Amino acid sequence: MSNPAQTPNTLVVERVFPHPPEKLWRALTEGPLLAQWMMNNDFEPVIGRKFQFQADPAPNWNGVVDCEVLVVEPLQRLSYNWGVGDAAAGLQWVVLWTLTPAEGGTHVRMEQSGFRPDQQAAYKGANYGWQNFFGRLGQVLGGSAI
Amino acid sequence: MTSTSPNHVFRALADPTRRAIFEELTRQGEQTVHALTRYAGVSQPAVSKHLTVLKRAKLVRHRREGRETHYRAQADALTPMVDWLKHYGAFWRDRFDRLEALLERME
Repeated sequence: MSNPAQTPNTLVVERVFPHPPEKLWRALTEGPLLAQWMMNNDFEPVIGRKFQFQADPAPNWNGVVDCEVLVVEPLQRLSYNWGVGDAAAGLQWVVLWTLTPAEGGTHVRMEQSGFRPDQQAAYKGANYGWQNFFGRLGQVLGGSAI
Repeated sequence: MTSTSPNHVFRALADPTRRAIFEELTRQGEQTVHALTRYAGVSQPAVSKHLTVLKRAKLVRHRREGRETHYRAQADALTPMVDWLKHYGAFWRDRFDRLEALLERME
């Protein structure tokens, strides 16, 4: 089951797979397996490791995603930066995978957010958080779906 | 995967004061720099600087009338951001399908 939930700066996709967390963790962290469903890569599950995902180039995109491993908690959490385009001009996204044992398998949650952790902390402390911003903006624009 | 276009919008709105200014313009319609300065509670040069960033991201437009500059919001500029979310949503759902297929093949 696919159940995407989205807020303006965060994208969440979740699904329960009928497989144990150990198997999911391998698919997420073993480069050759990762290549079979994500993209070609030189990933290694080591914090601070810089790696790339490489896909076929597309218009306005050279096909490269520049990443750095941020979190490795075996069988539970994996996170990396997700940089597309010119690093100076582009924002860094962060991808966070969370595995939770579920009845008959493993609940997998992928969260991609548009802020680095430091920016995240800054905006949470601010009066004008993103969530509120878009909530209010939606009201102002007459409830049109943003 | 072409996330270059929404970046300037995300970046422009990453600052809470700029978000507040943009939101105020969306709510109140056209405003002068003076009015926005009163609203934002920061100095006028700071407000002008924020407006420049918003202008570059095409989130606001301005017109001069006498000695006053009036700004208004361009909500259409948020479209790249919304498109980005749709695009990546489709991307990740596709990857989840491929992951599911891989798990079936794995020992």
